[in-house]
Amino acid sequence: MSVIADLLLITGALFCFLGALGLLRMPDVYNRIQAGTKAVTLGILALLVGVGVEHPEWWPKLLIVGLFVLLTNPIGSSTLARAFHRAGVPIWQKQEDGS
Amino acid sequence: MTRQIQHVTLTFVLAFVFWLLLVGSVTGQEVVAGLLVAAAVAALNADRPPVLAGLRLSPMAPVAFVLYLVTLLRALLRANLDVARRVLTPSLPIRPAMVRVKTSLRSDLGRLVLANSITLTPGTLSVDVDDDAVVVHWIDCAPGTDLEAATRAIAADFERHLRGFLT
Amino acid sequence: MNLDVVDGIVLALLGAASALALLRLWIGPHAPDRIVAADTLSVIATGAIVILALLFDSALYLDVALLYGVLAFVGIVALARAIEGDAS
Repeated sequence: MSVIADLLLITGALFCFLGALGLLRMPDVYNRIQAGTKAVTLGILALLVGVGVEHPEWWPKLLIVGLFVLLTNPIGSSTLARAFHRAGVPIWQKQEDGS
Repeated sequence: MTRQIQHVTLTFVLAFVFWLLLVGSVTGQEVVAGLLVAAAVAALNADRPPVLAGLRLSPMAPVAFVLYLVTLLRALLRANLDVARRVLTPSLPIRPAMVRVKTSLRSDLGRLVLANSITLTPGTLSVDVDDDAVVVHWIDCAPGTDLEAATRAIAADFERHLRGFLT
Repeated sequence: MNLDVVDGIVLALLGAASALALLRLWIGPHAPDRIVAADTLSVIATGAIVILALLFDSALYLDVALLYGVLAFVGIVALARAIEGDAS
């Protein structure tokens, strides 16, 4: 049991780290949102399931936190992306100077 | 009128289930308090636009919902491996583009869930919702792609299951 | 609270993730980049608070995590609205 929990916790933390790394490496704001949202959402879910395996009596609250993250994280990201799109932030193209 | 009754009932049930999950136990006091709070929430929100009106309540709806969840989790897993690969590759293999994905879902809730799902799918991010289309930022659009077919592929999988329980 | 190797790895990874997000928050270069960094940072913090619940063995931290998540979401949506208002 504890091994499964440990694996889930490390996987979750690893995906959070990869998301943050993507945030740093990607060239423009839309790509950063992509890397940040997806990896971090799965990371948090894995962390929550890992905690749930070690503390089965916490599952109702973990379920709420998980559903909340699964619902609001993409919505928040899309809202931001829409705001940038409407404010005229251009998308990055490889042909240009690449900055 | 019946639409409003349905809306209030749905709000009440959802608020009550949420309350039960939050307190994490089913004892007398908490059920009574939960019923009161859920009723108050439903009453206070009765005049708001019915966000949940897009729900289609039919015997097959729960099946479609479960199928949708499975599709979503599979897509989420693939999306993460995809992002991890791109982030860890030194040359950063991305070719971003904005594309429009047409949808046949009519209700606000349906489009919200679809846009949300697209954000969690590999390589795509919902940016805006027009009349009948979702504007999507696509991270890896190969030059010369058949846009029409490719954009259909982005949404088709989710729409098939979503149409089971949303309009 | 006694930490084992796994807890150490998890905390190190989450700490590194927060540091990277903070770095993006710091170097920008523009406001949108900083807002996205703050958004990601807040979600990572939510996960870190859940880990704290595990380490301190107290379910109270889960409520803290939930509230933190709600407030972060409201803040992000408010910021997005503000940017859109500027444009139109």
